[in-house]
Amino acid sequence: MAQELSQRVVFGETLVELASQDSRVVCLDGDLATSTRTDMLFKAHPDRFFMMGIAEQNMFGVAAGMASVGLIPFVSTFACFTAKRALDQIRIVIAQPGLNVKFIGAYSGILTGKTGKTHQSVEDLTVFRAMPNVVSIAPIDGVEVRQAMHAMVEYDGPVYLRLTRDPMPVIMGDSYQFQIGKAVTLREGKDITLIGTGEQTQRCLDAANLLAADGISAFVLHVPTLKPLDVEAIVNAAAATGLVVTAEDHSILGGLGGAVAEVLGEEYPVPMKRIGLRDTFGESASNAPLLEKYGLTARHVAAAAKTLLEKRST
Amino acid sequence: MNDPSIPGIPQLIEIARSVRIDIVQAIHHAKGGHFGGPLSAVELLVALYFRELNIDPVHPQWEDRDRFILSKGHSAIALYAVLAERGYFPVEELMTFDAIDSRMQGHPDMKQTPGVDMSSGSLGQGLSAGIGMALGARVLGKSFRTYVMIGDGESQEGQIWEAAFIASRYQLDNLVAILDYNKVQQFGWQYPEPLLPIDHPEEKFAAFGWHVIEIDGHDFNAILNAFDQAKMVKGKPTIIIAHTVKGKGVSFAEGKYQWHAKVPNDEELTLALAELVRREG
Ligand SMILES: Cc1ncc(C[n+]2csc(CCOP(=O)(O)OP(=O)(O)O)c2C)c(N)n1
Repeated sequence: MAQELSQRVVFGETLVELASQDSRVVCLDGDLATSTRTDMLFKAHPDRFFMMGIAEQNMFGVAAGMASVGLIPFVSTFACFTAKRALDQIRIVIAQPGLNVKFIGAYSGILTGKTGKTHQSVEDLTVFRAMPNVVSIAPIDGVEVRQAMHAMVEYDGPVYLRLTRDPMPVIMGDSYQFQIGKAVTLREGKDITLIGTGEQTQRCLDAANLLAADGISAFVLHVPTLKPLDVEAIVNAAAATGLVVTAEDHSILGGLGGAVAEVLGEEYPVPMKRIGLRDTFGESASNAPLLEKYGLTARHVAAAAKTLLEKRST
Repeated sequence: MNDPSIPGIPQLIEIARSVRIDIVQAIHHAKGGHFGGPLSAVELLVALYFRELNIDPVHPQWEDRDRFILSKGHSAIALYAVLAERGYFPVEELMTFDAIDSRMQGHPDMKQTPGVDMSSGSLGQGLSAGIGMALGARVLGKSFRTYVMIGDGESQEGQIWEAAFIASRYQLDNLVAILDYNKVQQFGWQYPEPLLPIDHPEEKFAAFGWHVIEIDGHDFNAILNAFDQAKMVKGKPTIIIAHTVKGKGVSFAEGKYQWHAKVPNDEELTLALAELVRREG
């Protein structure tokens, strides 16, 4: 079996690594350290860890102040709270002045450990994609999380990092080099293009295997950076097959599916389908029944691909 | 209420025991949910639903019912267990907690569960909704009362204090907040020594213009007296600061932040049930 890693564990480890290398790196936490794994930084460097209480709006304001005097704050809470509870604070004192704050959306998407619709985050990508000055990153696996965090520290400006909770296979090899704004081709193909973001790209790869079993050759593009978007890579991937399925553990409105539809609509119109939450909130349950009910499995991605292929052939 | 079937204190104690057993079993079965926060709130919830609230389990949407909001929504399983024991739905349904398509969601959902008056789960929001209900009662000329339970960690949210200000500004004597003061949050401040989620809440709420009552939140006599006293207060909202123990009733979880959202394994379930079933004295 492939090696598995939890994005949140890699996040905690990398935070310790970054703080050890760079004295400007600090972390602010909204009383979720044992979930988001910022407790690793608390144990390694208690003086660089600030528990801000269950008070997200204040926390983001504090981070802005820290960034303005030269620190690099990582602000950590669940994606639902980062993208909604503290949104005006992020907008006014972080995004508008372009301050160097890194904000984390832990437990993103619908796989949040059964906490249900209040804690699932299905619109954070839409929110941050629409917000000027904010870079948005959704890694596929632990390897990419670590690289993205290093890139975030090198980059001067607000960055949103969307993470997941549970262990998943490692996809990216040792030679992989994450770059902000660059999409990566994970598989060449000629019949249909599957474009994924975050962990959902893994289900695109699984879908490509399902399709291959039926003699269909799928091109798989991973888009870890939702903004700035790699328009060229998306257009090339669409041109390679002429049909596109997007997939994300997020609403189809305004996230990856929305972004790709906007780009292709203007630059290279092709028939497409979007896999994601269809304008609905989620609910409490374990991962497998959630993926099934909300249509996010590899099988759903493959079925959408087949529908497009059938339409083309008629 | 002059129903001869009103439960006395010994019965309330037995109901609380059943509710704790329901909670522990449901969490174990669901392999999810929160542990410490539901258990600290049991006596308060049982006193509300079996003695204080003017409600009708057969008509959960009755317009003139008293309202209750569990603002610390992560303790939902405690509310569900009390509602089930009170007859809103079968106790067996608690075993669907956190499962797909269940009415027993991880956090309270007013559109799913009979008896739930307001959705919650993102901390800090319930007291504001309670103000809305209390103002609504005033505008509509209704006499129902509104009760809101908040957590001590939750009280770090600014919105709690925005609400505290508005409730006293509007002199909402038909609004009662209950602070489940169990002294532990999810992780909190553990270094160099543990700190309380909130210090001197009695002073803070008094400064915001609230009538403050401080009690032992596991003592039914004290809880019922506090509810009676709150009804006598005119011109200000009341907060009952209930000193409780997080994880109450399960000795190995009591007072431990590590049990905030831990799921008991089979062995821990057996130990917990043995303690809960055993009768004191
Ligand atoms: C706005 C918001 N931030 C963070 C959380 C995650 N969370 C759930 S419970 C909890 C701790 C709550 O502590 P407290 O209010 O003291 O509750 P209790 O100890 O009674 O369980 C946290 C941080 C949340 N649900 N909502």
